Amino acid sequence: MQLAVWTYEGPPHVGAMRVATAMKGVHLVLHAPQGDTYADLLFTMIERRSARPPVTYTTFEGRDLGSDTATLFKRTVADAHARFQPDVLLVGASCTAELIQDDPGGLAEALRLPATVVPLELPSYQRKEHWGAAETFYRLVRTLCPAERAAVRLPGRPRANLLGPCALGFRHRDDVEEIRKLLDMLGVDVNVVAPLGATADDVARLPDANFNILLYPEIGAEAARWLEQTHGMPTVRTVPIGVGATAEFVEEVAALAGIDPTAALDAAASRLPWWSRSVDSNYLTGKRVFIFGDATHAVAAARVAADELGFEVVGLGCYNREFAREVRTAAERYGVKPLITDDHLEVEDAIAALQPELVLGTQMERHIAKRLRIPCAVISSPAHVQDFPARHSPQMGFEGANVLFDTWVHPLVMGLEEHLLAMFRDDPEFHDEAGPSHLGAGHTPPVLTVVPDTGSAMVVEAPVVAGWTPEAETELKKIPFFVRGKARRNTEAFAAQQGIARIDLATLYDAKAFYGR
Amino acid sequence: MSAPRLAEGVQPVLRERGQREVFCGLTGIVWLHRKMPDAFFLVVGSRTCAHLLQSAAGVMIFAEPRFATAIIEERDLAGLADMNAELDRVVGRLLERRPDIRTLFLVGSCPSEVIKLDLSRAASRLQGERPGVRILSYSGSGIETTFTQGEDACLAAMVPELPVLAADSPPRLMVAGTLPDVVEDQFRRLFAEMGIEQVDFFPPRGTATLPAVGPSTRLLLAQPFIGTAARALESRGAKLLTAQFPFGAEGTTAWLHAAARAFGVDEMTFRRVIAPGRERAKRALARHAEKLAGKRIFFMPDSQLEVPLARFLSVELGMVPVEVGTPYLDRTIVADDLAALPEGTTVSEGQDVDLQLDRVRAARPDLTVCGLGLANPLEAEGLATKWAIELVFSPIHGFDQAGDLAELFARPLRRRDLLRV
Ligand code: SF4
Repeated sequence: MQLAVWTYEGPPHVGAMRVATAMKGVHLVLHAPQGDTYADLLFTMIERRSARPPVTYTTFEGRDLGSDTATLFKRTVADAHARFQPDVLLVGASCTAELIQDDPGGLAEALRLPATVVPLELPSYQRKEHWGAAETFYRLVRTLCPAERAAVRLPGRPRANLLGPCALGFRHRDDVEEIRKLLDMLGVDVNVVAPLGATADDVARLPDANFNILLYPEIGAEAARWLEQTHGMPTVRTVPIGVGATAEFVEEVAALAGIDPTAALDAAASRLPWWSRSVDSNYLTGKRVFIFGDATHAVAAARVAADELGFEVVGLGCYNREFAREVRTAAERYGVKPLITDDHLEVEDAIAALQPELVLGTQMERHIAKRLRIPCAVISSPAHVQDFPARHSPQMGFEGANVLFDTWVHPLVMGLEEHLLAMFRDDPEFHDEAGPSHLGAGHTPPVLTVVPDTGSAMVVEAPVVAGWTPEAETELKKIPFFVRGKARRNTEAFAAQQGIARIDLATLYDAKAFYGR
Repeated sequence: MSAPRLAEGVQPVLRERGQREVFCGLTGIVWLHRKMPDAFFLVVGSRTCAHLLQSAAGVMIFAEPRFATAIIEERDLAGLADMNAELDRVVGRLLERRPDIRTLFLVGSCPSEVIKLDLSRAASRLQGERPGVRILSYSGSGIETTFTQGEDACLAAMVPELPVLAADSPPRLMVAGTLPDVVEDQFRRLFAEMGIEQVDFFPPRGTATLPAVGPSTRLLLAQPFIGTAARALESRGAKLLTAQFPFGAEGTTAWLHAAARAFGVDEMTFRRVIAPGRERAKRALARHAEKLAGKRIFFMPDSQLEVPLARFLSVELGMVPVEVGTPYLDRTIVADDLAALPEGTTVSEGQDVDLQLDRVRAARPDLTVCGLGLANPLEAEGLATKWAIELVFSPIHGFDQAGDLAELFARPLRRRDLLRV
């Protein structure tokens, strides 16, 4: 048994729902109790989809258990087929139905419906959401692109498939648009995007492309591997997040397509390099950043942070163990200990201990960072409704790099502003109660108190915190209010570490020296 | 589908059995843990259960979580780990880290019930080892409970723990069903002005001292979904007072009146005490009546609040209920509200969501009250909706919330009038 408060990933059948919801003409029948219908709101509320997910639940009850849940399942499949007339019918069980062992696949096939039936095995007690999505997509591809399906090579420009974009994916909609543009400029056509927006016929056409582009390995890797082995299709595996990775991606695509990438690379420059080299960005140098998310986004973010923004990566991790190897390799590069865990309390401990200046993470890290009063930007699912913006906001490609610059730098105080604040901090306008001018007069900044950073939301008692001498307290007040909280926490952490019971001026400056660069 | 006429004057009820689109009883933890800050809710279930709680709690992620899920894993099922020993370990770790916890609820889920993990036995075993903490269990599973029935099960599990109220004690009022603290305080003041000083709220704000129950208890339900708990309290001697539920000016008057009569408060006093609040409520409702009167409303089943709310909206604001769906209809408890529904209102129990949506599309009501999974899709079809879950999470009872309650229904309509996009 594992004790969990918040989880990074749902159960595997939610992954199956993500694939079904992304596609057209696909319907999923889930053998599941009524409470499991909560998952619909992930799509209709968080992603603001305007249609119900194409999912029918059997919603069996306690009194059905003794009698016949299998009959209920068969009736539900038949009804769902009659009502929705899908081309492909996915059938599976959620955690509870897995225990009843009704064999959804066998029952559905026995109905001999005029649709392709794809049975799913979704081991709820071993696997999670991303695995479920990858497995569902793989099963679909396997069923719809059998080995004997010969590729049809169409005349014209080389063609590529985009594999992995999905429902509830972090910025998948915008990434696809961006990559389409990039490929078009390069002279490559998109054959099929899947699962997002694909029909069963589209999936059947996957082998017609010259190669595959694996945008989201968490969802598309199994399918890509199978297409590689069975249909001999090469795969582009560089994930184009950041300027450097996008350039490499372009070269990799160009090599497979037999195209010269020079013109496209010249034309499609990103603003990030200049924004990062301009003098205002000097203050970004060495900002300590903690990165956590799905492995793909975390590893990509670390590279952008270190190579393209000049940050120092002080922590790197992911919640999906299936891709731990990639994170370990990257962590080695930055000389940090990889954090592979799906326990958000462990992540909170790590952030509290490292005291980074910026956190790049999921919605979970956003909440942690908020509690610890550290700036944060979201880079990966699980994400919340505000992470599905109305505007075009890709993470991938050259425009994606621009977005990364803006969204990661924004939470930090602007460089110019930081210098001005330091210069004017003794002015009467800069007294403690003066809030940022853009909030208008009368706005009082929040009182920065110590957040009991035992690092665990489960612990209520505050840790033993050293007391402050009046001199040290006065000195602390001279530090601008927006960094004072951090100074206080750092000093207290330092005192605790050194076994100092009373913080005086010397402790304050020792701590400053200790944390300073 | 059947529509039996049960008794004279009682609405025929449409019963359906198909896909339900309702949360399970685990969801009640979201408000119960806030009501009882010294209680911890440990769900023994699956990753799905944890994900449900997280999705339903959504915005409350900042709150200090006093609930968690002990996720059953493959090794537990394969018998590689003794599940009871695992549970002991998890509980031990939890209580060690949370010494402030006075009551621990072990909450059963579908998986724990299907594998027949006996949580009541586990609770009494653990209780023996940990005398300082009260350990109780109930089921919030989706195969036994829908949404608000989780609270019913939780309260029912607490009833045996309530101390005995001496048979010869003067009558005491017990108000059962979770209410926001602010609403409790308003009701307590009104009762006090009428001279009813001995009032307990159940569940209480802390579990250290629980209200006593006995034959002198007069039981007034604040929520319509706690039938099992009410019967458990009755079996301990409590006398159930039935009335309309305290929504709006009329509902709140009727509800308070039931208590006033049971405690022999004279009519003059009763009228005097409620007059200011009742007037405030009426004024607040008048502001929304114009927007809502004559508008047709459809309730998808959700919280069991549907029948009392439909009564409020039709009688006090002139709305026209087209269909009032409820996951479970407790005829005794909502009798007064049910009787006040306009002639011809369809009351439906249970659900076949696809058939019901067909009826929504055919009826094209002005407002549909539904769950979060259905709201945006209906809006996209041009149908205005109100999220049902907000009715459970917001203070809506009593005179001083009547206007807010009407506002919740008026806002989606007002918004549609405002938007030019
Ligand atoms: S319906 Fe059952 S399995 Fe699903 S979340 Fe509720 S208790 Fe858990």
